[in-house]
Amino acid sequence: MKKAYWNPYLVGIGIGVLSWVVFALVDKPIGISTAISQASGAVVAAAAGSEQVAANPYWAKNVPAWDYGTLFLVGTFFGALASSLAGKTFKFEWVPQVWQERFGGSRVKRAATAFIGGALILFGARMAGGCTSGHGISGTLQLAVSSWVFFVTMFVAGLVTAKLMFVKK
Amino acid sequence: MDLPIKGDVAIWLAVLFGFAFGVFLQKGRVTDYNVIVRQFLLKDFTVIKVMLTAVIVGGLGVLALHSAGYANFHIKSADMLGMIIGSAIFGIGMVVYGYCPGTGVAAIGSGSIHALIGAAGMLAGGMLYAFSYPWVKENVLTVASLGKVRLPDITGVPDIAWFALLIIIALPLFRALERRSL
Repeated sequence: MKKAYWNPYLVGIGIGVLSWVVFALVDKPIGISTAISQASGAVVAAAAGSEQVAANPYWAKNVPAWDYGTLFLVGTFFGALASSLAGKTFKFEWVPQVWQERFGGSRVKRAATAFIGGALILFGARMAGGCTSGHGISGTLQLAVSSWVFFVTMFVAGLVTAKLMFVKK
Repeated sequence: MDLPIKGDVAIWLAVLFGFAFGVFLQKGRVTDYNVIVRQFLLKDFTVIKVMLTAVIVGGLGVLALHSAGYANFHIKSADMLGMIIGSAIFGIGMVVYGYCPGTGVAAIGSGSIHALIGAAGMLAGGMLYAFSYPWVKENVLTVASLGKVRLPDITGVPDIAWFALLIIIALPLFRALERRSL
């Protein structure tokens, strides 16, 4: 934990072994985006009342609650926090380097873009039925057709987007 | 011990397993915006190295557990229209945000303020999806649905051959990447 970073292949093996453990012990593949959509339901419940959430067919299926998935999400946050503190790589970052080289140092510009990007990934993940965790790792390792379609499609879309955004003409 | 573990114990295990996942993401550098965006610019292959290794190692183990009766598959339905549109939106968003949902949450833990603002965006995206879900379900998710199928089901090529193929692709790829320091 004191080492700043680990070899990426070892990290891959670690996530692979973690998959064995979760499949065998709790019968729940690693996944993140369902829990975030549950959290968005909790925000709506707090702001507009729980009737709004209860009446929604999506949140009726993915009930906002402290359950396995949402607590896994909490664990992920604390794991990264502990890891970055132990490795002394924790750092408040407003504008990352690759962004700054292309778009400058404006915090507002980066924040607005991050907000829009965040909205896109969660909307897309829910329509596709999972994200890079649920589809990209847990689904592809089970050889699910849906998950390989997800991985290839999102990667190609990402390549095109990166080229349009970051490669100067 | 009865498996799978349920109830309060499973809830505590959720925090523990999530914690381990967060440590792996952070130690693997994929909580770094620059690493993710540079993957899509093909200048840094950390994301592919982590994911492909996880899929091969995880997949072989889960396959063995499943064959021995110790694990169930959890296959998501291949509703192809929704898959293609949703995955494309996701890929665009991943470069715009610079994170995926898991790495975004882990990046907040390692100090990224813009990841935190993007997480508010994720909550908004979740709301937008929940409110549009009745329409999406009726008009998108029902189009070209193949159901909960696996690659071996639709091709007849057995599981182990798929993993052999992945290894045959991964090993020379990893070697080439290391040689070029990518």
